Amino acid sequence: MKLKYFAWVRERIGKAEETIEPPATVRTVEELIAWLSGRSEAYAYAFEKPKVIRAAIDHAHVRPDAAIAGAREIAFFPPMTGG
Amino acid sequence: MSGPVTIRIQEDDFDVAREIASLTAGRTDIGAVVSFSGICRGDEDSARIAALTLEHYPGMAEEEIKRHVDEATSRWPLSGVTIIHRVGRFTPGQNIVLVLTASQHRQAAFEAAEFLMDYLKTNAPFWKKQESATGAGWVEAQARDDEAAARWTRS
Repeated sequence: MKLKYFAWVRERIGKAEETIEPPATVRTVEELIAWLSGRSEAYAYAFEKPKVIRAAIDHAHVRPDAAIAGAREIAFFPPMTGG
Repeated sequence: MSGPVTIRIQEDDFDVAREIASLTAGRTDIGAVVSFSGICRGDEDSARIAALTLEHYPGMAEEEIKRHVDEATSRWPLSGVTIIHRVGRFTPGQNIVLVLTASQHRQAAFEAAEFLMDYLKTNAPFWKKQESATGAGWVEAQARDDEAAARWTRS
């Protein structure tokens, strides 16, 4: 699946997008955040406050307990500040 | 809704008068157009702002705005909606966002414009980075914006 990062999440991880294949034990958005956080210090820094992070699956907002099975694109970003 | 829906995300500026003329062209059923413009401020909490940079999530931003417009048209009798959100770097005084709502009567147009802006601020995937004398930093989401959006939640 493709992952996309925006704003300071993107800056902290150091890339805007990547393609990953998490292990089958990673079933939800919050489990994906925990798994990513273990990859390197950059990810751990980006996700250091997981409650602040917002997620979207295939362009729709989702909650941390949302299942990631079948997702084409998952995005992580801080609370939105447009308008 | 019996009317045009225009959603654009662009770097270019918009012309409010031209957008209103385009929304109402050839229509005699519209009695009210409400226009909201969001403009880059020159100060924030008494700190001077040099510039704002707006980043967005292409694809999702358009879809999320469309979902808000669909929700607005299910709640109010609207005759047309235009939403333009600019991205890029802006200096104080420059336009950032435009919301136009058209209806037969003013109340629906006023309420729908406010609803759309409140939801845009909290749910549409845009982020602002602010440049000031002390450096550059991402703007933090405001609790008052969440509260403004929450008042539209139907129980």
